[in-house]
Amino acid sequence: MKIAFTTKGIEWNSDMDPRFGRTEYILVYDDEKEEFTSFDNRDIENEAHGAGPKTSQQLFEMSPQVLITGNGPGGNAATVLEKAGIKIFIGAGQMTVNEAYQAYKNNNLKEF
Amino acid sequence: MKIAIASGKGGTGKTTLSTNLAALFAEKVQVVLADLDVEEPNSGLFIKGDIEREDIKYKMIPEWNESTCTLCGLCQKNCNFHAVIQLGSQILVFPELCHSCYACSELCPTDSLPMIKQRMGQLKQFRNKNMTFIESRLDIGQEQAVPLIGQTIEYIEKNFSSSTLKIFDSPPGTSCPVIEATKDADFVILVTEPTPFGLHDLTLAVETMKELEKRHGVVINRHGIGNNDVLEYCEENNIPVLAKIPNSRKVAELYSKGELVYTEIPEFKAELEKIETFILNFQKS
Repeated sequence: MKIAFTTKGIEWNSDMDPRFGRTEYILVYDDEKEEFTSFDNRDIENEAHGAGPKTSQQLFEMSPQVLITGNGPGGNAATVLEKAGIKIFIGAGQMTVNEAYQAYKNNNLKEF
Repeated sequence: MKIAIASGKGGTGKTTLSTNLAALFAEKVQVVLADLDVEEPNSGLFIKGDIEREDIKYKMIPEWNESTCTLCGLCQKNCNFHAVIQLGSQILVFPELCHSCYACSELCPTDSLPMIKQRMGQLKQFRNKNMTFIESRLDIGQEQAVPLIGQTIEYIEKNFSSSTLKIFDSPPGTSCPVIEATKDADFVILVTEPTPFGLHDLTLAVETMKELEKRHGVVINRHGIGNNDVLEYCEENNIPVLAKIPNSRKVAELYSKGELVYTEIPEFKAELEKIETFILNFQKS
């Protein structure tokens, strides 16, 4: 299974980014292959509008089944993610990626 | 002749100035007062009149036609606002993000994104003797103020002669809605208060007007509170100060009852007349 994280870096110890649309990076962990792929999303800073749909579209291309994030997506992004069939877990905004992954595994995150 | 009343900072007295100034002018000449703060218009609380017209306003939004779409992705690549998103074999359109620029629709090789009318708000026109009052109001849930402001100005241009005095009560801030409301004005009055916060936002508003190459002047409201920094700033930058409206509890009391101020407070009227004279002189020149 592929699990996506909104993050401020691209390592296990990186901090999570609590924002969805304007997250700095998207980090995807494939727990079967035990492999990371990442996307540098920092260009989103230059977008005045539509950060949510744009990041959602990028996430869709990385084809994860699950998204772990902080505050949760806004309305437009939520619409895209729902169409894409990605399950969303929130409340991991103040954790590291590793902590967020463990929290998810232990069912300690809230489903959006 | 178009005078826009703007501010930068919210709550400095744009509506108080717009409504009272329009009413003062209407004692002698025909005047059009337009509330262009379409997200929360409030001039209508102070201006009563008979309704003359009520129009529904629309904006154009693309609608995806699945049967002819070849999923080439041109629409998504060209939308600057991410209002069109391709998700696998689907195209999603976000009407609230759409700026009605037609790029996706025009570029689509199979015409699969025709532009469709969508209601965004309402324009109402009232009349009270010499004054025509126009209020546009965005529907709840609509995020784009600019198209409605633009269409309201267009309506005014079409229906009133260019010599008619028009006063635009503009939105606060310095972003797109203010630019839309002021960009066609002959003169912009920036209302501020003599406080650090007032000065900070006035500076931003002045920079915006300079960028737009708009003639502008300042009205200081609640004169007597705060400090002299706004006056000094205007002096240093050669910005005319058209009036200093004294701070008064009575103004707030009348405002809270939805009443005009200048008829009740002579000092307020005296300052308003200075602005009137300035505008008349400006018009002559």
